Amino acid sequence: MAHGPAKGIGRWIFTTNHKDIGTLYLWFSFAMFLLGGFFAMVIRAELFEPGMQIVRPEFFNQMTTMHGLVMVFGAIMPAFVGLANWMIPMMIGAPDMALPRMNNLSFWILPFAFAILASTLFMEGGAPNFGWTFYAPLSTTYAPPSVNYFIFGVHIMGASSIMGSINIIATVLNLRAPGMTLMKMPLFVWTWLITAFLLVAVMPVLAGAVTMMLMDVNFGTSFFNAAGGGDPVLFQHVFWFFGHPEVYIIILPAFGVISAIIPAFSRKPLFGYSSMVYATAAIAFLSFIVWAHHMFTVGMPLTGELYFMYATMLIAVPTGVKVFNWISTMFRGAMTFETPMLFAIAFVILFTMGGFTGLMLSIAPSDIQYHDTYFVVAHFHYVMVAGAVFSGTAAVYYWLPKWCGKMYDETMGKLQFWIAFIGFNITFFPQHFLGLAGMPRRYADYALQFADWNMVSSIGAFIYGAAQLLFLFNVIRTIVAGKPVTEPKTWEGAEGLEWTLPTPAPYHTFSTPPEVK
Amino acid sequence: MLSKAKLLFARMLVPLLLLSVAGPVMAEKTRHWGDLNMTRGVTDVSRQIYDLHMIIFWICVVIGVLVFGVMIFSMFVHRKSLGYKAANFHESTTVEIAWTVVPALILIVMAVPATSALLNLYDTTEAEMDVLITGYQWKWQYEYLGEDVSFISELSTPESEIYNTADKNEHYLQQVSQPLVIPVDTKVRFLVTAKDVIHSWWMTEFGVKRDAIPGFVNETWARVEKTGTYRGECTELCGKGHAFMPIVVEVVEKDEFATWLSEKKAEVAAIRELTSKEFSLEELMTTGEAAYNRTCAACHMANGEGIPGVFPAVKGSAIATGPVTDHLSIVINGKTGTAMQAFGAQLSEVDLAAIITYERNAWGNSTGDVVQPIEILNFKQGQ
Repeated sequence: MAHGPAKGIGRWIFTTNHKDIGTLYLWFSFAMFLLGGFFAMVIRAELFEPGMQIVRPEFFNQMTTMHGLVMVFGAIMPAFVGLANWMIPMMIGAPDMALPRMNNLSFWILPFAFAILASTLFMEGGAPNFGWTFYAPLSTTYAPPSVNYFIFGVHIMGASSIMGSINIIATVLNLRAPGMTLMKMPLFVWTWLITAFLLVAVMPVLAGAVTMMLMDVNFGTSFFNAAGGGDPVLFQHVFWFFGHPEVYIIILPAFGVISAIIPAFSRKPLFGYSSMVYATAAIAFLSFIVWAHHMFTVGMPLTGELYFMYATMLIAVPTGVKVFNWISTMFRGAMTFETPMLFAIAFVILFTMGGFTGLMLSIAPSDIQYHDTYFVVAHFHYVMVAGAVFSGTAAVYYWLPKWCGKMYDETMGKLQFWIAFIGFNITFFPQHFLGLAGMPRRYADYALQFADWNMVSSIGAFIYGAAQLLFLFNVIRTIVAGKPVTEPKTWEGAEGLEWTLPTPAPYHTFSTPPEVK
Repeated sequence: MLSKAKLLFARMLVPLLLLSVAGPVMAEKTRHWGDLNMTRGVTDVSRQIYDLHMIIFWICVVIGVLVFGVMIFSMFVHRKSLGYKAANFHESTTVEIAWTVVPALILIVMAVPATSALLNLYDTTEAEMDVLITGYQWKWQYEYLGEDVSFISELSTPESEIYNTADKNEHYLQQVSQPLVIPVDTKVRFLVTAKDVIHSWWMTEFGVKRDAIPGFVNETWARVEKTGTYRGECTELCGKGHAFMPIVVEVVEKDEFATWLSEKKAEVAAIRELTSKEFSLEELMTTGEAAYNRTCAACHMANGEGIPGVFPAVKGSAIATGPVTDHLSIVINGKTGTAMQAFGAQLSEVDLAAIITYERNAWGNSTGDVVQPIEILNFKQGQ
């Protein structure tokens, strides 16, 4: 018979329960989100005015690098793995993840990976300072000694991601309740299934890239060293072969979350379910064949440049399909605007704006002017922050009552939303102007004509940062002192197996599989 | 119920109206806030790029207005609080096909001008002159191929402005010791490469951005139609001086360029003359201190102490206080696998001699050695 969790710290260290591990992932990713956010605050504080005020340029580069690495690998990816752990078994009617012990391992190596990465800040020569894209030879021949720790950390993160993905694939393919056919799965499960395949495919490529770096740094090889017959551009091809699918790895589960929340608060089924599944698969496929659009200025041959431009423009089609479907879902629904819905709507608007700038960036000749400027910084923060982070926040507010049996305070949730929404736009919208006017990214200091918008952007960043502290406060207050809720269905329009379970969800659920009609 | 919706709609209109009035006013006010849009530039290519940028921008605006328009309409009208009952439609193959095909057609239309711009951008044939651009940490070297003229162009903004002890001048961080000079209305081919890490040479007004990659020589070109001073920057992260290696190009009339080039050649010859001159320790120390601060202090620091763990100290180092030949070798040939560049190709014999003399006698490195320019030349020729 089902039993409750173990007592004390041992519960968390030895747990194989998908809910416990989901919780661990979510708290870990939030801690990393605050750490990465702190680095961003240092960056924005330094860029508040022209001139060097707070840090030295070499430390500034460490901050941009660590901000990117911690946010991508420490905050966003584990947050969605956490959501997957919590929700996938409950959504498909499974008792737990298929490989619970590996689940424990894949989480518990992560804190070590990030402890190793963070420790480089205190090393002689400083933390990695070559950008989160770590282009060779800046990251090999010219790297600080801490690059070895960085490589080791990336290897561990990769192993964790691969194990997590195998687990998700095994769970989704094997543990679905009777009657839950693939085309009946919630879209969040579909997007994660596809994401997991992407991860299994590209994390080894990243591991290969950093291993070649390790060889170049320590064992005298010349994979990326032109003087020894190697090729610095090869690094970029390998990196972006990983890196481009990586950005879809980050955004696809977010699509899944939004596809759950919008129908719930529109009280109307998701429009075009099967086209959503096909669009997700199409995006995943395209993600493998467009990588060199990050490299339009490296001097590729004309034919290569043309091919990557055309292929990249194509991504707009399936992405557009998704946005049109979400809006058709809202159309003629009976909408209410609770906090999760507000974040979901903001996601659709802001992610679409990021999609527009993405389409602009795909035009190779124009990209000559946009490349490596603040226009790109604005673009990917619109898709990553307003995309992944907003949808993650929406997911937490949406499922929090189910997780802990307590209701968050709606006014406080809405307050957080508006501060985050306004702060985000004040931060990143002016960065479009900065980039178009000619400010390159990763600049520790800038010319005077960029001063005003940088100051606006910094003020916005501090507001957006404050919104995250409010988020932390809201979540803790809900857990400690939220109004208890017991009905299985928190939201009137919510659909799916997770809402058939008692609230809060018991430690073990679906010990006997439900029947899906 | 409908009147309630109308009321909501009216409420929404107020901020929209305010925005439409405030927009132009803001645009006027923000003129001093720098440019909000991409430059049109001064070349054929940069204008083509600008036009593409504006076409795709307006396409996005139109799609955005339509899509967000439907969404916002729906958000105000299809509300439960207005008593609206949800419909139950959730599928339509026809619309799915429509909104797959229509965007695809728009993209095909867009691909045509983009392709022709790219063809133009890649056409480096029939260039009238060639300039080799070499990126170093953290400066540019310009070499006029076939003219025997080559010089280093580095940031000339003083440290005091960067570290806020002096007021910043108008061209803060966008001024260099020696700008690149090219003639107007001339097709100039730029050959772009680097000697250490990857840099990227970006001149916004020309629509030119090419990565400078060690071991590769990339080609690009510009035919500038207007004389003037143009300012650009390095756009590939290249270490701590990334923000501090600007690009300045002076575009001058053709005859003016010819005069400049011949003066430059005479200058090169004069510097060569100096190589055989005998300098005193004081002269070398003065020249050396200036040259060291310009070229070496970025890594080894002005006090010679370097940055522990990253850049070694010169003060009290085995090389600067040991045999002179070792010192010559490392400065002239650099050290493979490190950030120490081969300065033999970048600096004149006089500067090299002065820097080495300075390093051997400053900060308590009192070897008393005096290195003359001719010794540098002999060393270079002897190896």
